[in-house]
Amino acid sequence: MSGAGSATVKPTTVEVRLPSRLGYEKVAMSTAAAVAKLMGFREDRVEDLKTAVAEACINAMEHGNRLNEGLSVGVVLSAGVGSLEVKVIDDGKGMKGPPPKVDIDRKIHGEEDPRGMGMFLIQALVDEAEWVAGHNGKASYVRLVIRLDPPSQ
Amino acid sequence: MQSETKSRVDQLTSPAGHPVSVLRFEGDIASTSKEAVLGTYQSLPKQSTKLILLDFSKVDYINSSGIALVIQLLIEAAGAGQRVFAYGLSPHFTKVFTMVGITKYAGLFPGQQEALAAL
Repeated sequence: MSGAGSATVKPTTVEVRLPSRLGYEKVAMSTAAAVAKLMGFREDRVEDLKTAVAEACINAMEHGNRLNEGLSVGVVLSAGVGSLEVKVIDDGKGMKGPPPKVDIDRKIHGEEDPRGMGMFLIQALVDEAEWVAGHNGKASYVRLVIRLDPPSQ
Repeated sequence: MQSETKSRVDQLTSPAGHPVSVLRFEGDIASTSKEAVLGTYQSLPKQSTKLILLDFSKVDYINSSGIALVIQLLIEAAGAGQRVFAYGLSPHFTKVFTMVGITKYAGLFPGQQEALAAL
C-alpha cells in the first residue's frame, strides 16, 4: 500500500475473524487503523473509522450473533485507490430499515432508550454505510467506505 | 479484552467558591463500566452535590454503550437538580459527544482549569 495520492496503489485485502465477545472489536479497530494509516488517511479520519468499525463489530456480536461465542464476526478490509471499504459480517438476519436518529431530548426525558446509537454513529462517521441482509438469515453485513481526500493542488 | 474502568471522586472548590465533585475515569468506557460510571455517581450524596465534573483525560476508548452510561448519568443528575460538565475528551470524542447531543446537557471543556473557572 502506498501513501495518499499515489496512482499505483494495488487493491489489497486484509481479513480478520473475531469471536462474538465484547472487547474483541478492538482487534478490528486496530487493524482498520493500521490499514488506513498505511493508505495515508489523516489522523482524524482514522479515529472516525475506528469508532465506526468498533460499533459495526459490536452490533454484529450483540444483534447479529447474539453473543454466541461459537459464531464469529468477519471483518474484510479492502484498500482501493482512494478509498477503504470495510465489510463486517455476522450470522444474523440483518438490520431492518435505516439507522434511527438520535434524539438526546427524548433520551434525557426517558422517552427513548439511552442506548441504540451505534448505527447512527457509523453513518455519521464514514462516507458510505449500507446494511445488507443475508440470504436465509445468514451472512448479513454492514459495508462502510471512507475516502481519502483528493490530493491538494 | 476491555480494560477495566477505574474511577474515583475528588472534591474540589471552583474559583467562585462552589463545591465541585470530580469523577475521574481511567481505561475504557463500555458496557462493562456501569459500576464505575453510574455506581460512582450514585455514591455521591444527592443533597450536597450540585456541580459534577467528569474527567475523561485518562480514557482511551468510549463506545456507544459507554456513551449510553453517560446519558443515564445525565438523566439521573437532571432529576436531582444537578449540573454536569466534562473535560479531557480527545478531539474525536468531543466530536462524537457533540454529534449525539450530549453537549446540550453537559458543557465540555478542554481541561480541568477551564472547567472549574466556568463553575
